[in-house]
Amino acid sequence: MKERSFTKRLTAGLVPAVPYLWLGVFFLVPFLIVLKISLSDPAVAQPPYRPVFEWSDIAGFIGALDVENFELLTQDDLYFRATLSSVRIAGISTLLLLLVGFPIAYGMARAPERHRSLLVALIILPFWTSFLIRIYAWIAILKPEGLLTQALTGLGVISEPIEILNTEWAVYIGIVYAYLPFMVLPLYATLEKMDDTLLEAALDLGSTPWRSFWTITVPLAMPGIIAGSLLCFIPAVGEFVIPDLLGGSETLMIGRQLWSEFFSNRDWPLASAVAILLLIVLVLPIVIYRDVEARRLETRP
Amino acid sequence: MRRTFAPWADPDAKPLIRFENVTKRFGEAVAVDHLTLDVFEGEFFCLLGPSGCGKTTLMRMLAGFEFPTEGVITLAGQSLEGVPPYRRPVNMMFQSYALFPHMSVEKNIAFGLKQDGLPKAEIADRVGEMLRLVQLEKLARRYPSQLSGGQRQRVALARALAKRPKVLLLDEPLGALDKKLREETQFELMDIQHELGMTFVVVTHDQEEAMTMADRIAVMDHGRIVQVATPGEIYEQPKTRFIAEFVGDVNILEGHVQGQENGLWHVKSPSAEAPLTIDDPDEVLHSGQAVAIAVRPEKMVVQREKPGPDALNVLTGEVWDIGYLGDWTVYRIRLATGEILRVSCANVSRFVESPIDWDEQVYVTFAPGAAVILAE
Repeated sequence: MKERSFTKRLTAGLVPAVPYLWLGVFFLVPFLIVLKISLSDPAVAQPPYRPVFEWSDIAGFIGALDVENFELLTQDDLYFRATLSSVRIAGISTLLLLLVGFPIAYGMARAPERHRSLLVALIILPFWTSFLIRIYAWIAILKPEGLLTQALTGLGVISEPIEILNTEWAVYIGIVYAYLPFMVLPLYATLEKMDDTLLEAALDLGSTPWRSFWTITVPLAMPGIIAGSLLCFIPAVGEFVIPDLLGGSETLMIGRQLWSEFFSNRDWPLASAVAILLLIVLVLPIVIYRDVEARRLETRP
Repeated sequence: MRRTFAPWADPDAKPLIRFENVTKRFGEAVAVDHLTLDVFEGEFFCLLGPSGCGKTTLMRMLAGFEFPTEGVITLAGQSLEGVPPYRRPVNMMFQSYALFPHMSVEKNIAFGLKQDGLPKAEIADRVGEMLRLVQLEKLARRYPSQLSGGQRQRVALARALAKRPKVLLLDEPLGALDKKLREETQFELMDIQHELGMTFVVVTHDQEEAMTMADRIAVMDHGRIVQVATPGEIYEQPKTRFIAEFVGDVNILEGHVQGQENGLWHVKSPSAEAPLTIDDPDEVLHSGQAVAIAVRPEKMVVQREKPGPDALNVLTGEVWDIGYLGDWTVYRIRLATGEILRVSCANVSRFVESPIDWDEQVYVTFAPGAAVILAE
């Protein structure tokens, strides 16, 4: 009996530890490595930075670390502009995703129950094809002599090819297309749970359908709106593939900067500093969200 | 003192709500079938019926959530055709209460008033008035999730009353409450209705609830109204066997009419040796017609001693079951034909010498006026 309760206690203690273990191995340790590299100096060597950790000379190792790279980040306004531009592009994309995703999620939640699981499956279906291939496909659609231009000339809407590829517009199109499931699914989850009689009650009390939407549906969908927006905004800020393939050289984003520091300039310490900066930019909205959520739960248990 | 209130008996009275030949179909299914009904101002009106009888559809048509397939509904003389729910002077209290979970109690109550664009001070006044009416002043800032079932019910009522609608619709208003609270709330609803002089239309499947609260009850079955009358009439003069069986308990004896004598009907039933004598002068029957005789359990008497030779309506049987309910004792008596009668007896005395026991041979009698003849 005693033994059993011991194993029981052991599993009871281990199960909550699993996510921490996962985060420790795959987030915290890599983060510490990146943080360490960001404090190092570049070197023409293997690995391309100095100092390298050695047990024999810990004091000398720590003494060799400095914040030079972060200073550089503040001196060269390229990084600041890239960050700002990333946040702007991610913000606009998130708004567009909300505009596109909300009606889709709303329609799905209102569909007959037997159709809903099929609709959810269809929303997830694009994941069956590689993300990269789908973004390449957009090049074929958006390029000057591509499908979009052909279709619009065929319809007589335009007479000259439109310049979309290699502009910021192409990046928006790519992000909205690629991230839509991450917006639709959390929205659908909250909208589907919503009690329809609440809307009937609002109508009954004299509120028009439009007003009822804003006073009842939107506030009650807020957890889904926030979750979907964060799920889209955070990866969009660090997005590299979409701006690289669709955005052309003009589109400035921090993810691309990170890539070029690592692979074009082979300046690992500076690249690591950019990665840390990106992390800080992204942690901020999460902390704010948690704070808001905690306060909301406090007033309404 | 309850007022004498019977506008339905006045041929000149104008109804507040009128359903004229209203039919509602959902695809093939007919929910409401050529229904005509008047409800008068100030009435506490109950729509009573089993689930699926169309009572909820009827109420939803009044609220504007459904529109009739055929026929017209008028409110205070004006047709409601094409009028959306948010433009009707009608408010509804939902069965699930449908309180807005993201709004406090006072915000919930103020919601309808805000839609009318009333000045803030007036909204606050009215919300305060409503909170007093339902005795929830102390909980104004709570959220629905922090309230008990009974408190939520009151908030829902206050919210629906706040706009002072011409008609308040209540969909199973007490369905989610436990028995004790339900009984208390029945009387509170009656008091509130009386105080505000508003017209209440209540949908319920609970006949006790309808009997207690209503001025008039409309019993519905299969999308039609079977009888509209006061609770007393419904109980004592049910028009059909369905109503007799749906409202309260009843014993049904089948038989054939033998004839009429001094205004009393004689009915030969296999359940009794001698023909039964029934005082139901309004029925028009002919000899040999098959009828059902309905007698309420409390209008039958069970006794051990054989009644005298002049006694009317004597049935013999044995005690099958005894249910002691405190205020009442219910006997289930099995007749020779195998039918089981239900006879209830008020326990007027605390001590009974040699009470009737299980398996005893007993006689059941009832007065001619206790029974109703229902033509088959």
